[in-house]
Amino acid sequence: MDVALWIEWIIKALILVLGLLTGFAYLTYMERKFLARFQNRYGPNRAGPFGLLQPVADGVKLIFKEELIPAQADKLIFMAAPIITTVPALIILGVLPFGGVVNIMGREVPLSIAGNLNVGVLYIAAITSISVYGIVLAGWSSNNKYATMGGIRSSAQMISYELALALSFVGPIMLAGSLSLADIVEEQMRIGWFIIYQPIGFVIFLIAALAEINRAPFDMPEAEQELTAGYHVEYSGMKFALFMMTEYIKMIVVSAIAATLFLGGYHLPFVTDQPWGVWLGPFILIGKIILLLWGIIWVRATLPRVRYDQLMAMGWKVLLPIALFNVFLTSVIMVLFPNWFSH
Amino acid sequence: MLFDYLPIIVLIIISTGLAGIAVLLGHLLGPRRPTLRKSVPYESGMRPIGPGARRMPVRFYLIAVLFILFDIEIIFFLPWAVVFKKLGLFGLVEMFIFIAILLVGYVYAWKKGALEWE
Repeated sequence: MDVALWIEWIIKALILVLGLLTGFAYLTYMERKFLARFQNRYGPNRAGPFGLLQPVADGVKLIFKEELIPAQADKLIFMAAPIITTVPALIILGVLPFGGVVNIMGREVPLSIAGNLNVGVLYIAAITSISVYGIVLAGWSSNNKYATMGGIRSSAQMISYELALALSFVGPIMLAGSLSLADIVEEQMRIGWFIIYQPIGFVIFLIAALAEINRAPFDMPEAEQELTAGYHVEYSGMKFALFMMTEYIKMIVVSAIAATLFLGGYHLPFVTDQPWGVWLGPFILIGKIILLLWGIIWVRATLPRVRYDQLMAMGWKVLLPIALFNVFLTSVIMVLFPNWFSH
Repeated sequence: MLFDYLPIIVLIIISTGLAGIAVLLGHLLGPRRPTLRKSVPYESGMRPIGPGARRMPVRFYLIAVLFILFDIEIIFFLPWAVVFKKLGLFGLVEMFIFIAILLVGYVYAWKKGALEWE
């Protein structure tokens, strides 16, 4: 075993995790700023120039807050639940390719942690399911009726939309003939971005992903007016911060997955095809992620929260049949016109 | 083969460590002045009514069972999708039969009212 290889993995893992943490901090800033502009306010503008130090101030404040543990809570699970929720969100992007292979000091370094893992999409589906556990455990261990309701609601919502989410993955896999995200991106370089071939799949993915990460207009588990705050009502201080962090990191993660599966990943025609373009890959991917994040924030500013029964009905009676139909349609077109998809 | 998963394990260890450190920091640096009132479950300032862990509507259980059924069937789509280009028409017909069987169960669950929510 090569020591340099281990060092490379540790450095890449650290860059990814710390990058996601920084991304989370400035995503909260971006969201507050944009929401403020949508509502004709200024948003945070006191800490630092343009309020840019606001996330730092928030973080420092949360670290020094008192942490309360309810008397009847299940202490061990109560402490573990934030960690169980956070870790899956941080590790999903391990299979995402951020760029091609670059040469750093005579070493061929692929710009991903395990981008060519041959079960990439399955890994994403599996890890997203794990994050349900943390939320249910957090709600249950708090021994608070609102927290329990929030946790159960959240798990029912997440598993219902996971079906449509998993079915929207099938289209890109069929087109690329591989579960590996690196292969999916390379196929998009050849035959064009998959959003051209999978417009229905892309829309299904966006809706299901919004429900999966509990974002507005599907933020039922934390509907303040009915459940005070849902599953994390008893959490305070840094543990609460971990739940918030997970929510925002998941926004980044689903944007990255949408960009990779449907919008060409790190590929941009005429730019990344150049020999010098390989270094631009990560920045192009980040640009696409920021555009999608902007869309998510826009949706939150525009749409009201849907009712819980409508939410479940939409997941089971609308999205699931459409997603199945999309798979069927894609397969029929691929059989009828095989030369559209060959190269 | 399994060698490919080592970087993922490195990533899992690092992110677990980071989350653990964050929880630990909050513990070490925050003040700790528990009182009886503070450790009561929060219900918007009212005295909590009834137990915290209570019975849940059976609907949620039904949703969970349906999810397991459909999720397993959807997982079967993934290997099929990988080799679909090679299978061609044969794969299409086979998947058509598979979706038809899936739809029978789906229509049955719908007609029985498992998807209704009131």
